[in-house]
Amino acid sequence: MSIFWTIWITVITLIVIIGCAVLLRITSKNNTGVEEGQPMPHTFDGIQELNNPLPKWWTGLFWFTIVIGLLYTFAFPSYTANWNGLLDWTSSEQSVMSKEESAKLAETSHSQYQREMNAAEEKYGAVFKKLAYDENGVYKDIALIAQDPEAVKVGQRLFLQNCAQCHGSDARGSTGFPNLADNDWLYGGEPQAIKDSIMHGRQGIMAAWKDILGEQGIKETAAYVLKLSGRRVNAIEAQAGEERFVMCAACHGADGTGSHALGAPNLTNKIWLYGGSRKAVEDSIRNGRSGVMPAWSEILGEDKIHVISAFVYSLSQEK
Amino acid sequence: MKHEFIEKNVGLLAIFIVIAISLGGLAQIVPLMFQKETNEPVDTLRPYTALEMEGRDIYIREGCSNCHSQMIRPFRSETERYGHYSVAGEGVWEHPFLWGSKRTGPDLARVGERYSDAWHEVHLLNPRDVVPQSNMPAYPWLADNVLTGEDTARKLSIFKNNFGVPYTDQDIAGAKEAVQGKTEMQALIAYLQSLGHAFR
Repeated sequence: MSIFWTIWITVITLIVIIGCAVLLRITSKNNTGVEEGQPMPHTFDGIQELNNPLPKWWTGLFWFTIVIGLLYTFAFPSYTANWNGLLDWTSSEQSVMSKEESAKLAETSHSQYQREMNAAEEKYGAVFKKLAYDENGVYKDIALIAQDPEAVKVGQRLFLQNCAQCHGSDARGSTGFPNLADNDWLYGGEPQAIKDSIMHGRQGIMAAWKDILGEQGIKETAAYVLKLSGRRVNAIEAQAGEERFVMCAACHGADGTGSHALGAPNLTNKIWLYGGSRKAVEDSIRNGRSGVMPAWSEILGEDKIHVISAFVYSLSQEK
Repeated sequence: MKHEFIEKNVGLLAIFIVIAISLGGLAQIVPLMFQKETNEPVDTLRPYTALEMEGRDIYIREGCSNCHSQMIRPFRSETERYGHYSVAGEGVWEHPFLWGSKRTGPDLARVGERYSDAWHEVHLLNPRDVVPQSNMPAYPWLADNVLTGEDTARKLSIFKNNFGVPYTDQDIAGAKEAVQGKTEMQALIAYLQSLGHAFR
């Protein structure tokens, strides 16, 4: 901020505060030429005004606000942007130009926000660290954390806040959003696979087959897929679908059990991400599907994700 | 000047009142209009694409900012949930700004890329499908209304010429084509996914 604006702010502020004081001083004196309590020499519509002084309590309060106002402008940042006042106070680092700059400033900043963050870190940081790290400062095994009820509870809180919007508050998902409690995994249920899914997100893509298979082909393939999961279907259709399934096998495997590396669902069980009705399965084949799990490493940080992973892992271990 | 003179001239009294109450604004608001922090975009800010711009107008039309703020205050209780607090340099191209002042729903300043496009679609069609306790209205018509892109180029050029948003001539020339045939749903989701991109 240039010197011009500093002068601008200083002059206006001081004019207002000093102006109030001068005005108060003048009006506190009786300069009407009429004795206190006596009628003024004018009437309006027959109403007479008495020359009463300003109430003492009122002028007292006014003087008080003038003094406080002046003290305030020197205690807090006011006249110039380069000066944080005698209390050296600032709410937060508002002039940062990027997240990186903000993170760098956080180490030295003593803004009110940073002090709040530091105080929280002091209070909860160690508690949280104990959940996620061992005494050597290395991440504890996620499977081990999953047995710590305290850690699982913390993980659940974080899950409810950040993950429940898609996966549901009971982690059982809904159509299009995977159930995390059924021990059926798209990308693997090992602790590290779960953590990777949360950290970096996942992008599942099932291609649309309508142009290649045609309506009859879709019907036949769907029949075979339903047969894989043990449903009773038209045998002739399923037979034809099995021949077409070679194309599906690239991702879902020759036996239809899917692939964790590709995020291709297992088609041989009764778990259906996009619904298991004939219509839903045909839709999946016809138009394809795309499932996106957002990446959370930037938003939550690895520490929290480590604990959330333990919670998610614990869900399928209890059974 | 006699006090009585001011008291009996209503016009003059009004002028003095205006001067008195504008002093605060002159000291507090006017300098902000010329300050780097409030006028310069942060390093990573990019203009809205044509589709996002249309989505933003739908956001305004549907009154989303009546229930959703886009302003994360510098408190731990907010940054733990929503992410880095908002800074002025993120909003220099917002006309009008959509900070809002009411949070019936959560703050959306950094909602972008938190959920998948599919989630947003399900959620806008019927919020209860994914958040059972939600009291947000459903917006099913967004999926049916198709954008013509009639005014999109004009919108971009208004932002370019009046607010200094660095749109290129190609951006403006391709604006209509970029949104034509897209649904309002797609536009709104594109806008939502862009929110907070500067500090992600």
